[in-house]
Amino acid sequence: MIGSLLSWLTDPANWSGSDGIPTRLLEHLTYALMTMVIAAAVALPLGLWIGHSGRMRWLVTATNAARAVPTLGLLFAASLLVGPVLKGDAAYLAPSIAVLVLLAVPPLLAGTYAGVEAVDPAARDAARGVGMTGWQVLRQVELPCALPLVMSGLRTAVLQVVATATIAAYIGLGGLGRYLVDGIALGDYPRAAGGALLVALLAIALEGLLALLQRRLVSPGLTGRGRRVGGSRNDDESVAAEANARTAVAPGGRPGTSS
Amino acid sequence: MIRFDGVTKQFPDGTVAVDDLSLTAPTGKITVLVGPSGCGKTTSLRMVNRMIEPTKGSISLDGQDTGRMKQSELRRGIGYVIQHAGLFPHRTVLDNIGTVPRLLGWDRKRTQERSRELLERVGLDPALGDRYPAQLSGGQQQRVGVARALAADPPVMLMDEPFSAVDPIVRDQLQDEFLRLQDELGKTIIFVTHDIDEAIKLGDQVAVLRVGGQLAQVAEPSYLLAHPADDFVADFVGRDRGYRALQFQPTPRLPLRSERTIVLGEQPAAGSGAWLLVVDEQRKPLGWVEPARIGSRGVEDADLHRGGTVARAAGTLRGALDAALSSPSRRGVVVDDSGVLVGTVLAHEVLSAIEDTDRPERDEEDPVHGGAVALAEDGA
Repeated sequence: MIGSLLSWLTDPANWSGSDGIPTRLLEHLTYALMTMVIAAAVALPLGLWIGHSGRMRWLVTATNAARAVPTLGLLFAASLLVGPVLKGDAAYLAPSIAVLVLLAVPPLLAGTYAGVEAVDPAARDAARGVGMTGWQVLRQVELPCALPLVMSGLRTAVLQVVATATIAAYIGLGGLGRYLVDGIALGDYPRAAGGALLVALLAIALEGLLALLQRRLVSPGLTGRGRRVGGSRNDDESVAAEANARTAVAPGGRPGTSS
Repeated sequence: MIRFDGVTKQFPDGTVAVDDLSLTAPTGKITVLVGPSGCGKTTSLRMVNRMIEPTKGSISLDGQDTGRMKQSELRRGIGYVIQHAGLFPHRTVLDNIGTVPRLLGWDRKRTQERSRELLERVGLDPALGDRYPAQLSGGQQQRVGVARALAADPPVMLMDEPFSAVDPIVRDQLQDEFLRLQDELGKTIIFVTHDIDEAIKLGDQVAVLRVGGQLAQVAEPSYLLAHPADDFVADFVGRDRGYRALQFQPTPRLPLRSERTIVLGEQPAAGSGAWLLVVDEQRKPLGWVEPARIGSRGVEDADLHRGGTVARAAGTLRGALDAALSSPSRRGVVVDDSGVLVGTVLAHEVLSAIEDTDRPERDEEDPVHGGAVALAEDGA
């Protein structure tokens, strides 16, 4: 089995042409990218707004519930509905992307909303108190502080979308799902397994890339990386010792004048 | 000068947090709002920079009605310090301090310079500038909070329980440095606390609020301690107020006696009495020893009794009395401003000095506002 899987993967014939791995990979990535762009355009502003204003929290719960709808069923329903209206590839593409967007929005929305919601109320209060406008509070404080959770929502969404984009092949589109669907239909198991392996590898690679991106984007002050280096811990004690020394010398009185 | 004029705040649920408050915080002074929880002190403070809008009445800054100013501009002109510092966790210490200058459009270089200057001003190591708030202790974070509030040099500061989330020793230290800083800067400050001791220590003027947001009394601390306007204020300022009032009484010339001293390593001379004062080379007191227990060897560090506090000759009567009361020998040690021994004083001598001092006179006409800081230079 492993041997035939390897020979499928290394067969030069599978690495070129319209059914070659590079083409399918590119198609798969295109679907995922389109989905993520649309999902982010919907979920990020919405999540930021819900978190910032504290209004319409129910929407987060509602979209989460939408995750329970079976994706494949939804895809067939959507393509039956939309198919006759649109022409050419769009008739397949639109319902596929729509279904994938529906899958990507909940984790993104929940992550963004939860990230903004979790910003230290004292920091938010201070941001307003020093004279930031609502927009500046969002842009300069809430968004950067929410970033770790936004990014984790994004990573979950990407993982799900990359894995689920295989279903587009069911309604005749390309992508790595092609190998799975065709391989199973033809009883060509090395091809099906090869497709599955490629999807998994792609997901891992993207996950790695996003993890790197997160490291770059998120302030070290928010992660463990920027914490407790070199003796800052002891400062309280030295301050305390100093204070002790002072109180012994200057009891009572208005201490400001004694130092 | 900050002036509250018949200010009332009623929340949508009907609670009246502040009830017809009229109060003036004089320029360059610290006005402390103090009271039990639910007395509307924080609400009052937050109405000054319009984090909360008053329901009725008006608040003015140097004669200008704050209700007519643009919120964000008003706030950029007022330093704001809150209980848990509220630092921005994703920004370095220097960037936190530079928040308001950046909002005001200062360039990066000028902001950085100003931030560094303030870091030192609030007593922090410049090396901390590139750290993030999570790397600092609570006390350090609070200092950064103060530095951030001072960054654009606002004439007015609002401080909402800034020192109550740190442990008592650090708090004491922060309070002392705050007073030192205020001596240099002379800001107009409204300071909220629930701790009457802090109020009395820091306030040039203390306003006591009662639950329901009414002003019970506003007065200078010594007046407040001497003449509480009613039972509530008397209760709130608490026990020991006679003793605490002594910290506002400068020490008169006390009948000091000279003390026989010894330095570490020396052997006590015969007949040195029950207690002998140990000093260092600069004649700064270190502690007391009992010659009888030492016998014929040199005095060691371990022999020292350090229980006694030390009073400054130019300090307050509270310091002098405490030095006498806490001294193992019953003789209170008095030093000059550089810490050098001047002499000792006995408790009954301090007490007779106390009996000779005058108390603030009671204003019979207006018990509530009678002891407030005079507004001579403000006019309006």
